[in-house]
Amino acid sequence: MDFAFTEQQELIRKEVASLARSFPADYWLEKDNSAEYPWEFVRAFAQGGWLGCIVPEAYGGSGLGVTEAAIVLHEICAAGAGTSGASPVHFYMFPPMPVIKHGSEDLKRRYLPGVATGEIVMSFGVTEPNAGTDTSRIETRAERRGDRFVVNGRKVWNTNARQATHMLLLARTAPRDPAHPFAGLTLFFTPFDRAKIAVKEIAKLGRAAVDSNEIFIDGLEIPVEDVVGEVGRGFYHLLDSLNPERIMTGIEAVGIGRAALERAVQYAKQRIVFDRPIGQNQAIAHPLALAWAKLETAELMCLKAAWLFDGGRPCGAESNTAKLLAAEAGFEACDVAVQTHGGYGYAKEFHVERLFREVRLYKIAPVSQQMVLNYLSEHVLGLPKSY
Amino acid sequence: MKILVAIKQVPDTATQMKLGADGKTIDPTGITWIVSPYDEFAVEEALRIKEKRGQGEVVAVSLGPDRVKEALRSCLAMGCDRAIHLNDPAWGAADTLMTARALAAVVKQEAPQLVLCGRQAIDDDMGALPAQLGELLGWPSAYWIMEEAVDADGKTVRVARQVEGGLEVFDLPLPAIVTAQKGLNEPRYPTLKGIMGAKKKELKDVKAADVGLAAEAPQLSITALEALPPRPPGRIIQGDLPTAVKELVRSLREDAKAI
Repeated sequence: MDFAFTEQQELIRKEVASLARSFPADYWLEKDNSAEYPWEFVRAFAQGGWLGCIVPEAYGGSGLGVTEAAIVLHEICAAGAGTSGASPVHFYMFPPMPVIKHGSEDLKRRYLPGVATGEIVMSFGVTEPNAGTDTSRIETRAERRGDRFVVNGRKVWNTNARQATHMLLLARTAPRDPAHPFAGLTLFFTPFDRAKIAVKEIAKLGRAAVDSNEIFIDGLEIPVEDVVGEVGRGFYHLLDSLNPERIMTGIEAVGIGRAALERAVQYAKQRIVFDRPIGQNQAIAHPLALAWAKLETAELMCLKAAWLFDGGRPCGAESNTAKLLAAEAGFEACDVAVQTHGGYGYAKEFHVERLFREVRLYKIAPVSQQMVLNYLSEHVLGLPKSY
Repeated sequence: MKILVAIKQVPDTATQMKLGADGKTIDPTGITWIVSPYDEFAVEEALRIKEKRGQGEVVAVSLGPDRVKEALRSCLAMGCDRAIHLNDPAWGAADTLMTARALAAVVKQEAPQLVLCGRQAIDDDMGALPAQLGELLGWPSAYWIMEEAVDADGKTVRVARQVEGGLEVFDLPLPAIVTAQKGLNEPRYPTLKGIMGAKKKELKDVKAADVGLAAEAPQLSITALEALPPRPPGRIIQGDLPTAVKELVRSLREDAKAI
C-alpha cells in the first residue's frame, strides 16, 4: 500500500495551489456579489493547460486520470476559490468522460481539442423537473429525421448555460420500457444552439458567479454525428462520468472545508478575548481539530475511489461513500469556521460566509446524501430496495 | 546561447520560523519549500532570452540536500532544459564561499555565456554569492538589474539597475553574471504540459569530487540564532474623537517620543 503522491502529482498540487492562490479571496467575493463569470480565473487555467487534464494527449490534452483532476480541484477549493472557482474548471474534468470513452473517432477529433484548450465551454443537460434522480423518466425526446435528430423538452439545474458553447445532452430516443427503463436513452454532444434553446436562470443560495438554469429546448436539430457512442445506450455511457463526478465534487467539498478551516484557525490564533487567543479554549479548538480529522478521512476516501477508477476497477461504493463523507466533512468544517468567527463569521468580508453557503450544495448535488445511503443499503449491504 | 541559472530552495514566505533545539539552526518541521522568488525572476529572464533568440539552452543549478530536487523540478516545469543538483554531504554546512566555489566549478565545466541568479535568497538574505562567484571566475557582474538585453551576436549584455531616482545602464562583455531584482519580469506559472515534460528532462546529481573539489571546512559558521522579541501589544485609545486625538498626540510625544 502506498499513500504517497508521485513526484509529478506533488508538483501538480503545488503549482495549482500557487496559481489558484494568485486569485485572492476578495476576487471571489466580488464575483459572488456581481454574479459575474470568473473568466480571468478560467483563462489562467486554460493557458496553463489545466483544462485538458483528462483529455488524451492525441486530442491535445494531457491524458491524466481522475486522481490528478481531483488534486487540481482540491487545490482550487483549498485556495479559497470555492465552488465558484471549481465549477467552471470541473466541466472539463468529468463531462467529457463519455466522449473520451465512447465517442467515435470523428466526434473526438471535432470536439476534444476545443475542450482541452477551453474554447469549448460545456454545459451538462441531464436532470429534468419531472424526473429528478430517476433518470429513466426523463421526458426530453429526440426524434430521428433523416440524418439528424430533432429534440424537444426541458432540463433543469443546467449549469453554465449562460456561457456554454456546447452541451452534453441526454434524451429519450425510444419509449420507456418498464422491463429495461434505462434503455432507449441517447447521449449527444452538440453545439448549444441559442436559436432553439431558451435559458431561464435560477436565483440560488450560493455560487452566484456560475449560473444554474432551466432550459427549454424547442426543435433543436442535432446531426447524427453528434451522438455519443450508441443510440439507445446513452445512460450507460453516462455512467462513466457519474463516478468521477462524485469523486471530484467530493474532493471539492473537502477543499472548501480546508479553506474555511484555515481561516478559522488563523482567526482563533489572533482573536483575543478575555486576554487570550480564543483558540486556547477547547470549546473552540476541539471542533476545529475534529473538522480537520474528518476532512482528512474524507479526502482519503476520495483519493481511494479515484485510484480505483484510474486502475479500471469498480468504484461505485467508494465514489458514493467519498461524496457522502466529503459533503458532511466540508459542511461541518465551514459551519465550525463560521462559529469560530462569531458574529464576524456572518459578515461577507471574512469570507467563510460565502464558503458556508457554497458548500451546502454538495449535500444535494450531484446526488443527495439520502440517495447515496440508498445505494449503499441496496448495492453494498444487499438490503431490499425501498423505492 | 547557454545560460546557467543558480537557484536556491528556501522556506515559503508564509512559513513561521521555529528555532531548532541547538539554537543554531532552523527547525525544518512543517516548512513548505519554494524556489526563492528573486531566483524565479532569473529563471523567467533566462527563458525569455532563449525564446527571443529562438535557440539556446537554460540549465538550472542548485546546491542542497535531496529536497532541493523538488525546486529544480519546478524550474524544469517552467521550461529549463536540464538541471544540475550539487548534492553531497561534504556541502552539508556550506557557507556562501563554499557554495560559490562549487558553482564556479560547475560554470567552468558547463561554460555558459551568462549566469543569472536572484539578487539574494529570501531565507538568510546574505546576497554574497553572486559577487563571490564573479570574483572566483574573474567575470564581470551586475546586480539588482531591472532590464537586460543581450546583443544579437551574443557578445555583450546591456543591463539597467535600479538606483535612486532612475536607472544605471551598463554594457558587460559576455560571459557575465547578472542578478535579478523584482520588476525585471513577471515569472510564468508552469503549465500542465510543462510539469509532465519535466519528469523526462535530465536532473543530474553532482558530488564534490565530480567537479574536482576536495572537502573543506566552511569559513563562516553560525554561533547562535535568536528569535525576534515578541511585539509589544498595541493600545487602543478610548473616548470621543477630540479627547482621543489629544491623548494620541501626547502619547506619541511623551511616551513614544516619536514626534
